[in-house]
Amino acid sequence: MSDDLKTVPKAITGPSTFLDDRLGGANFLKRNLRKIFPDHWSFLLGEIALYSFIILLLTGTFLTFWFKPSMMEIAYDGSYAPLKGVMMSQAYASSLEISFDVRGGLLIRQMHHWAALLFVAGMMVHMLRVFFTGAYRKPRELNWIIGVLLLTLALAEGLTGYSLPDDLLSGAGLRITEGVAISLPLVGTYITFFLFGGEYPGEDVISRFYSLHILLIPGILLALISAHMVLMWVQKHTQMPGKGRDNKNVVGAPFYPAFMLKAGAYFLFTLAVVAGLATFTQINPIWLFGPYTPADVSAGSQPDFYMGFLEGALRIMVPWEINLFGTSHAGTLPLSVIIPALVPMGIIMTGLALYPFLERWVTGDNREHHIADRPRNNPHRTSIGMSAITFYGVLWVLGANDEISAFFHISLNWTTYIGRVLIFVAPALAYLITYRMCLGLQRFDQAVIGHGVESGVIKRLPHGEFIEVHTPVAEDIEAHLRGKEAVPMLPVAEDGAGIPPKGMRGPLGKLRGRMSKAYGGEKIPLDDGHGHGHEEEHAAIESGDDDRSLTH
Amino acid sequence: MTRITAWRRHPLARYAVLIFALALVGMTYTAFAQAGKPADAAMAAGKVDDVAEGKSLFVLHCASCHGMNAQGTTTAPTLIGVGAAAVDFQMSTGRMPAAAPGPQAPRKPQAKWVNEETTRQIAAYVQSLGGGPQVPPAEAVDPKLGDAGKGGELFRANCIQCHNWAGAGGALTQGKYAPNLNSATPQQIYEAMVTGPQAMPVFNDSTITPEEKRSMIAYITQVREQQDPGGFGLGRIGPVTEGLVAWIVGLSALALAAIWITAKKRQKS
Repeated sequence: MSDDLKTVPKAITGPSTFLDDRLGGANFLKRNLRKIFPDHWSFLLGEIALYSFIILLLTGTFLTFWFKPSMMEIAYDGSYAPLKGVMMSQAYASSLEISFDVRGGLLIRQMHHWAALLFVAGMMVHMLRVFFTGAYRKPRELNWIIGVLLLTLALAEGLTGYSLPDDLLSGAGLRITEGVAISLPLVGTYITFFLFGGEYPGEDVISRFYSLHILLIPGILLALISAHMVLMWVQKHTQMPGKGRDNKNVVGAPFYPAFMLKAGAYFLFTLAVVAGLATFTQINPIWLFGPYTPADVSAGSQPDFYMGFLEGALRIMVPWEINLFGTSHAGTLPLSVIIPALVPMGIIMTGLALYPFLERWVTGDNREHHIADRPRNNPHRTSIGMSAITFYGVLWVLGANDEISAFFHISLNWTTYIGRVLIFVAPALAYLITYRMCLGLQRFDQAVIGHGVESGVIKRLPHGEFIEVHTPVAEDIEAHLRGKEAVPMLPVAEDGAGIPPKGMRGPLGKLRGRMSKAYGGEKIPLDDGHGHGHEEEHAAIESGDDDRSLTH
Repeated sequence: MTRITAWRRHPLARYAVLIFALALVGMTYTAFAQAGKPADAAMAAGKVDDVAEGKSLFVLHCASCHGMNAQGTTTAPTLIGVGAAAVDFQMSTGRMPAAAPGPQAPRKPQAKWVNEETTRQIAAYVQSLGGGPQVPPAEAVDPKLGDAGKGGELFRANCIQCHNWAGAGGALTQGKYAPNLNSATPQQIYEAMVTGPQAMPVFNDSTITPEEKRSMIAYITQVREQQDPGGFGLGRIGPVTEGLVAWIVGLSALALAAIWITAKKRQKS
């Protein structure tokens, strides 16, 4: 390491000395401002969510200046002509006022909504990056769980915020929320009456959602995001495998000045994308939807994208219903609502939260990990992830099955029938295909290590054959590839008497052993690239030039 | 016993009275019904030529599916009683003559022989078969005379379940669909309401009065002519396209930005 990197820049020493003289803690600043952050584009995806959240706080505050969370009925008297004189709630009227009569109001409202979509989308892609690189492994499991909580809360925050304008579209979402709440066995009616303050829709739900949306949930979000960041800071960021990187160091750029600049620039990029979308693309045109009345519902009523998978589950569900004791007086179990509302969400969120622990249980891997896995190098994890994405994706697409049907001229009924099959078949297919692709990519890595990379130079051999010359792989790429390590596996081998090791007995133990054997181990060893079936060709060019084995 | 008393007590007298009463009621009803409908305008106004012309056009272009006497066949419904409004709607939107059998006849450019005159003639012929809703007069569909606010409420209560909040259309079962309302003229919107073409229900004058229909037309035309104040409208179909844009435009742009700012400086070689 050169001296240049060891000396603390004046820009840090100046203020930190100033603060140290008065408050103490310069060492803290010196140490933390020089914190090293590894560089990889996918490490910035979480920042999309972070910066969107900041934009949401700012634009949301602006919106609260004019928004009136009241369901009092008034006659509209604003500047949007087609709704003149229409009776509506004050919440809807004030949202119209923000859109049409407050200077910059529509822009800020649209920024708020676009930022909300990017907030959730950013969280999702960030979470996928963490999952596929195994960055949730010890010691980061708790931060992963905080992330899952953040995602769940973001969905709740989105749902409450989406309902606030009290327009016809969000009202449809509210009605489904009520339907889900009331479908719960035993407590459904009580929960519904508690939530809506009486019979649906009542007069309380907007002001209650308002408190949740602007105070409680953002407060928890802010606290959890802070905890998420502090933990990340303390535990340090994972890094991709590469030259000079190991589990004990972090190779990258210091927070000050390099990473701070990048992060600042990325905030501006996020702001630019949100502002650009809000300027040029209309979102949630509540004036077109009209005020909410429980009697009306529109074709094409959809939730925002992050609720789409629940909508899809509801749409493909078969109409099952159980009347207890054969009569509806004893109570009804509407499986057609409970299952789609709770099961996919349960599978996805519980699966996410438990995955680090399940994986550790299966692999028995209790080491700390600071080097990220390349997705191909843990094929089963990657396949499970792709399978889950497919499951989610099928539901998500079917949430829009009416628009798909109308736009592509497919019978609506067929989208439902196909969806009912795909929801089971597609995840399994995704698993198989991903698994084979991972192994294929591992073989490719093996070939690159074993034979080098194609040089583009075609050589003619004395006996007339053409071959392509392969050059040895560059040092840094080789280090990146060699970052691969076998997926850990429990000691599952039976001893001489055919007795499995401790902990691998009994049905659960046997299952664990079998899963570990399948999940772990090295499928395609990197340095095994020579001599499978190529002996003959090698013999033909005894010159020791083994370039050509890749030409087959 | 006088002669009159004898007739009154005749065994057939009660039947005679019954028949007389029925005939009286029937004639009164017919008279009122005729008076109530300025209907069968073509007949009344003496435009019998239109009816004759219409019939020959009908036989040429429509009878293969609807039957020689418009009585309907297995492939197409009867046209007796659908009225001139139905003919005007179907032919002016190009839906009829249909190009191919299917769940629903789409709006398409009119056939070459279809124009205002031939449409009027076939309409007169169909009207002469069994009455039905008439083509509305111009002021019945004038958006300027309607109350858009009131019309919007009726539109939301009656139309958007299928046609979407901005008239963008939507899917129905088994390949049927509610078309978007952007290209329908005020007259066609009115006719669709009174005749209920294809999968659409009929909204007759007692369900929605003609004034209310005019208000709905006012709302539909105002909203569709409105320039989207928030920028590009994304087809006005709501969160589906918004979500697509958030992912495809927003997230891709940010991913590209991330790749850009973390890119290694190219080494000069």
